[in-house]
Amino acid sequence: MGSVTATVAPPTDPNVTRWFRTFGAIAASGFRRHATYGQAAVAGVVTNTVFGFLRCYIFLAVAGAAGTVAGYDRAQLGTFVWAGQGLLAVIAIWGWTELADRIRTGEIAADLLRPVHPVTSYLATDLGRAGFASLARLLPPVVIGPFFFEVYLPRHWATLPLFGLSVLLAVVVCFGCRYLVNASAYWLQDVRGPMILWTLGSGVLAGLYFPLGFLPGWLEATLRYATPFPSLLQVPLDVLVEREPMPTELGLVGLQVGWAVLLLALCRLVQRRAEHRLVVQGG
Amino acid sequence: MAEPGATGALRAYRALLGAQARSQAAYRTSFVVDLVGNMGATVFDVLTVLVLFGVTRELGGFTLRETLVVVGLSSSAFATADLLVGNIERLPRYVRTGLFDAVLVRPLAALPQLLLMDLPLRKVSRAVFGLAVLVFALASAGIDWTPGRVALALVAPPAAVVFFAAVFVTTATVSFYWIDSGELANSVTYGGRDFTSYPVTVYGGWFRALFAYGMGFAFVSYHPALALLGRADPLGLPAWVGWASPGVALVAAAVAALAWRVGIRHYRSTGS
Repeated sequence: MGSVTATVAPPTDPNVTRWFRTFGAIAASGFRRHATYGQAAVAGVVTNTVFGFLRCYIFLAVAGAAGTVAGYDRAQLGTFVWAGQGLLAVIAIWGWTELADRIRTGEIAADLLRPVHPVTSYLATDLGRAGFASLARLLPPVVIGPFFFEVYLPRHWATLPLFGLSVLLAVVVCFGCRYLVNASAYWLQDVRGPMILWTLGSGVLAGLYFPLGFLPGWLEATLRYATPFPSLLQVPLDVLVEREPMPTELGLVGLQVGWAVLLLALCRLVQRRAEHRLVVQGG
Repeated sequence: MAEPGATGALRAYRALLGAQARSQAAYRTSFVVDLVGNMGATVFDVLTVLVLFGVTRELGGFTLRETLVVVGLSSSAFATADLLVGNIERLPRYVRTGLFDAVLVRPLAALPQLLLMDLPLRKVSRAVFGLAVLVFALASAGIDWTPGRVALALVAPPAAVVFFAAVFVTTATVSFYWIDSGELANSVTYGGRDFTSYPVTVYGGWFRALFAYGMGFAFVSYHPALALLGRADPLGLPAWVGWASPGVALVAAAVAALAWRVGIRHYRSTGS
């Protein structure tokens, strides 16, 4: 049997609004799907809050009597930690194995028959999920934190919109990474290895365990420019606490755009390669 | 329930464990990847402490060498407890899928069955690494070894293991009442691990009071480390508190046993 690309060619109809309407509908269904897990969201917020306390106290102890460390003052560290705990759920850094599971079980075949490219449709679902998480998971820690710790409020008017854009890009970058990790199931069946590497690497290198500014300068710069990880948490959080002057922040968000485009292109490439060799399991 | 004799039960448990070991070793590559990956998690915990000390000379009044004793006690105990009973984390899934019903109708105690049904041998690497950190920390902290301190160094780690094991079991029982509670247990188990990785002087206010003394996490690593290092508690508790960890661990184990019994009695099958 010759190889067949399973993904249906996208409609040649140049109607962009229709594409957006489809994308929006899928995103909305992603939002609704996650909105049904109310209990899980509450449990998640409690956990984020506990870790918010832990990390905040630890970083403040690192800042010590001097009150500043690696360019963050105490209030900036507070915002970094509490917004970071919320962002963790918005970008859904861990635990997404849906694509890998569907590849292993063969259910992926149903996705390939749809007239929407799988990368596009999974991205839309993920953006819907992120939209719900911004309300249910980002807002609570951001509101709870200031009751117990000093936090930094942005001073420049442009910071908040830029932060919003940066978070959106972080979701796309994180989605791209997770899609690639999951897509390794096309070749490996068992994705536990890549998944463990991703879980280990992403937390440390994204700036969750400590702001990457705590690392030696050359290492931070290497991570920032050579890997997508800082674009997941470190960049949006640095934008929010205005650690850098505005032009630098714009540059960092530009870097995120670059990673987002690159990763999505890579996802499509990997998907195409995979479809050429895919044998759907089961009957 | 027809209770088999003690030897019969033992043989059944050994069969469960043997089946586990064989099935996990069958996929050799996956097993090696898991071994390495699991160790990585603890390696990063220790690395994080080293990175923090890269930008500060002391943390809550403790130097790096002193803090490493706290880290060693915490990570070796958590990793060992996670190896032995950490799988109880899966209880919510067992309850949801109805597997727990099958466990209950067998003529063996439910808790040992659950633990042996899925003993994660891959986590051995993590426990070994934690122990290595502890030994290194104890050797390099310049401890003035007395017979008493040697005894404490031998008793405190197993006591901490018992304590963490009790925490795992107690938090898992929440899922008897609240099935979607998975992540909630993490806030106390993994939260407790992170809490005990640093001197409690780092924390403040009611949060410290709650975790350190309300739940007893201060006795896992902080107070034993103070006693080993011969340091007075900056928070003013007397020196003998460092020796209280076995007692606290026993109390925690009793609480866990009680919570488990009450939880099982409350259990209603999800009917699936």
